[in-house]
Amino acid sequence: MSVLDFLISPAEACARSGPNDKIVLSSRVRLARNLRTVPFPTHAKKADRVRAYETLVPAVRSLAMMGDDAFADSMEKLTALEKQVLVERHLISREHAAKGAGSGLVLNREESLSVMVNEEDHLRMQSLRPGMQLRQSWLALDAVDSALQEQVEFAFTPQYGYLTACPTNLGTGIRVSAMLHLPGLVLGEQINQIIQAVNKLGLAVRGLYGEGTEALGNIFQVSNQMTLGEAESDIVERLDKVLKQIIENEENARIGLLEKKPKVLFNHIGRAFGVLSNAHTISSKETMNLLSLLRLGVDLGMLPASRKGLVDELFLVSQPAHLQLAHPAKEKLGADERDLFRADQLRTRLAALEKPDHTKVVLPPAKA
Amino acid sequence: MTCQLCKQREATVHLTQIIENEMKKVDICDQCAKEKQLHDPTTFSLADLLLGLGSGKETEKAKDEGGEGDIKCPNCGFSQADFKKSARLGCSECYEVFAESLAGMLKGMHKGTQHRGKVPPKLRRGLETGAQLARLEKQLKEAIAAENFEAAAHLRDEIRAAKAAA
Ligand SMILES: [Zn+2]
Ligand SMILES: [Zn+2]
Repeated sequence: MSVLDFLISPAEACARSGPNDKIVLSSRVRLARNLRTVPFPTHAKKADRVRAYETLVPAVRSLAMMGDDAFADSMEKLTALEKQVLVERHLISREHAAKGAGSGLVLNREESLSVMVNEEDHLRMQSLRPGMQLRQSWLALDAVDSALQEQVEFAFTPQYGYLTACPTNLGTGIRVSAMLHLPGLVLGEQINQIIQAVNKLGLAVRGLYGEGTEALGNIFQVSNQMTLGEAESDIVERLDKVLKQIIENEENARIGLLEKKPKVLFNHIGRAFGVLSNAHTISSKETMNLLSLLRLGVDLGMLPASRKGLVDELFLVSQPAHLQLAHPAKEKLGADERDLFRADQLRTRLAALEKPDHTKVVLPPAKA
Repeated sequence: MTCQLCKQREATVHLTQIIENEMKKVDICDQCAKEKQLHDPTTFSLADLLLGLGSGKETEKAKDEGGEGDIKCPNCGFSQADFKKSARLGCSECYEVFAESLAGMLKGMHKGTQHRGKVPPKLRRGLETGAQLARLEKQLKEAIAAENFEAAAHLRDEIRAAKAAA
């Protein structure tokens, strides 16, 4: 079975909701683990990588929490397009998409657990949930890891903890992250302050899409950097606390914009709707930035709350691999063709969308 | 400003992070940013990049040490030069082989150099059983010394059960 048949449809995936998902799009925890007796994949010979693969894929697949209908296959069996779709769904890393024979993927039906075999480490396990669910994601992954350790022995020393190919992941091997939608802080020009403050706490902030400091679609990812010298739960709690603070800042920034510059805000959102639903060619960059404004429009009440799923789905299906998938042509689309097709898709999908109505905005009470 | 990685192209990506109260700054070009997967936030870490750059004090030290006779991991063949080049290790035993150059590097990279997180469940159970057995045996000795034979018999049962469970 192709992984594309296994995957949940974009509409279904984006219909999921979680706590605080107006601002926190998703929460993710990743653990890096290696077998004690096999060299790390980056340095292993083919036979060693195969040995790790053959040990780990069946072990992971047999776990009760993966369900009895998990997807498991070698990366070699996936096409470049399928791999790219998985990257766009945040189910595998870009690095893993470049892997072939000897590397694998195990994915549960809900797509909440995804295990990469022979990425940079023998195992990169991830737990992904909608909204703000860092603690739940950690607990779910902790259980997977414990169950797996009943079957295989991981490289571990009492001093350095779990050993990883790169010393930056040493110890807990944990990377806790959240994807945040922060249009209020960006429009209110407060985002740099927030990034600096968060950096001071040893956490990294970066744009999820786009290059360098640019954050397309006003989507940012916050994650821990340090993995050794601190317990997993402390790392999770710290990030959780910081996220609550950022949520509050974002909410206040939105209120501030509504109070001080309502016309500017309505203008942005109204124009975003106009362009997205009428364009005949549109770049990925412009699409992301305008969809971000549309999402803000939903959050503020200018569009029905029920439309959030549609906007999130458009974020996903505007990505290159998802566009390619929806396109009837078998040949790879060029950038120009993609921009044309993206605009077609957006016009069609947005034809039924209500116009943003600024009179429906309800000002939430400001928090101290 | 030129890119710190290729030292050729104009740096367009500027990253600043504060790690352990020390400001670390990297300026790189777009192409290197792409190559280093800087755009994939799940894998990029500044410490990682700095390591590759050899700009940290500790990495400089590692470099000097590497100059005098290359150390190699007997288990996997990974050399100090490989380590410097890739900022990665070859196998779990490399952590012992390169312990010296790692120690300083880890200090600047992490919150501490002693693991405080999850311990493999089997190991933890073993440690717990060990501690429990030591406690029970001490109590048993005390019971015998006090000629409390009923308590001693009870403790012997508990010790037997703990050993069987381990
Ligand atoms: Zn460069
Ligand atoms: Zn080694």
